[in-house]
Amino acid sequence: MSAIGSAAAAAPAAAAQPAAYTADEMMTACAARALPDGTVCFVGIGLPSAAANLARATHAPNLVLIYESGTIGAKPDRLPLSIGDGILAETSDAVVSVPEIFNYWLQPGRIGIGFLGAAQIDKFGNINTTVIGETYTHPKARLPGAGGAPEIAASCREVIVVMWQTRRSFVQRVDFVTSVGYGNGPGQRERLGLTGAGPLKVITDLGVLEPDPATCELTLTGVYPGVSIADVSAQTGWDLAVSGSLEVIEPPSPPELTALRRLQAISDGSEGAA
Amino acid sequence: MAEIVSLADAVARAIHDGDAVAMEGFTHLIPFAAGREVIRQRRRDLTLIRMTPDVLYDQLIGAGCASKLIFSWGGNPGVGSLHRFRDAVENAWPGPLQLEEHSHAGMANRYVAGASGVPFAVLRGYSGTGLEGLPGLDGNPAIRPITCPFTGERLTAVAALRPDVAVIHAQRADRAGNVQFWGITGVQKEAVMGAQRSVVTVEEIVDVLGPQPGAVVLPSWIVDYVAEVPGGAHPSYALGYSARDNHFYVAWDEISRDRERFLRWLDTDVFGVSPGLAGAGTGEGGCGA
Repeated sequence: MSAIGSAAAAAPAAAAQPAAYTADEMMTACAARALPDGTVCFVGIGLPSAAANLARATHAPNLVLIYESGTIGAKPDRLPLSIGDGILAETSDAVVSVPEIFNYWLQPGRIGIGFLGAAQIDKFGNINTTVIGETYTHPKARLPGAGGAPEIAASCREVIVVMWQTRRSFVQRVDFVTSVGYGNGPGQRERLGLTGAGPLKVITDLGVLEPDPATCELTLTGVYPGVSIADVSAQTGWDLAVSGSLEVIEPPSPPELTALRRLQAISDGSEGAA
Repeated sequence: MAEIVSLADAVARAIHDGDAVAMEGFTHLIPFAAGREVIRQRRRDLTLIRMTPDVLYDQLIGAGCASKLIFSWGGNPGVGSLHRFRDAVENAWPGPLQLEEHSHAGMANRYVAGASGVPFAVLRGYSGTGLEGLPGLDGNPAIRPITCPFTGERLTAVAALRPDVAVIHAQRADRAGNVQFWGITGVQKEAVMGAQRSVVTVEEIVDVLGPQPGAVVLPSWIVDYVAEVPGGAHPSYALGYSARDNHFYVAWDEISRDRERFLRWLDTDVFGVSPGLAGAGTGEGGCGA
């Protein structure tokens, strides 16, 4: 859950790319493109927030950003430091209480896209942000926990997940189901009474995975320039299926890179002044 | 009617060993000064309740004030892990910490039920998650399925939160103890209205509470103690009064990572500082550390 640019992995050193960019920047640009203008989007901090604000600064000026702190229609000109950053309250259309944001806005299905990060995800798009290890009571690693994610994953009309892809984070079965994707497979969301469609895209630093319409299993549908299927398989903890129409995703455009770096620079500057 | 007292008096009179204490403030208006005063008065065996037990409860847990935590998200916002919280859960240091964990929607509804004087609230939530039936703990004591008596739909009931004490920080109060806060207002109103007793620290006490867009007002008669503590939300912020000290949140990662370093911070920045002083001290936790 590193902030964009703070711990950026360097792009391949080979001079094959016309413009140098980091894996972070590629992932953020790809995630931003997944947000159509005018969409109402429930945003988590970190990668999702950076992508949503990049989208607003580029192709989606009318994107409606909702943060779980109760800020509706936030229009920050820098990346917020937390989901309760003052700039979100000061630039939003409305600020409501935390019970209201969950009960009146999220729960009835008013929000188009829920935009989440995760520590661990499995092949059915279930998310773990609670514990790593065999047992809940004696975890190998204690993670922050659920936050708003379980109900965002349940009630937004669709969900997009943004996270780094490694063999440890993309697993056959999550150690703990914090937020339900497709549960144990087709039909499970309906049986559980979950109203939204679930995770329709998982955007990583290697490419994009989408659920197979028949099996609900996350399937590789896009890779970034220079990334091979083998590269992605090597970072996936299950036998990864690949779409018949695998796409090579466009690298970040100069306007995307300019906008993202500008957001980052303003954010770093204001952090120093805090 | 609320009594206007010093922070030390408010904590001494409202918070006792073994209490269930909810200190709220959703990334904004976090009652940090009150938290440090609880540490200074060496309260023990508290059940700490908070949606986002961030740095505030990391300090209380590390200082050994808590035996149980009821929460929904325990991280250092925008930075990473809470090391004292993790050390308590993973290694039982400085003592074991019992957890009861929820989602934000569940916690918010539990506060609403507490404020409303009903035993539970209903939501669409938790369905299919591990939180419903916490493994190894014989389920989650505050979450049960419920069938709607009108439609037959399966929903989730969550038990009301009725803390012994709620502690919040607000922008201001008047001399009669009426409290006003605005910006991101979180669940503070619900926490105060659901609790048996309440403590409110404020940036300033004024003659007249002027109108503020979106402000929540808590009339004096539902608040017990008001203490004037300028900067009492530091390192979080009070909209209109102060900015978030992000350097402190980043510095906390280093301070809290190591037990010895944390104990030194407790000595210099909590026990070595008089009650009610603003900020987190100028010791190693200070801005620019």
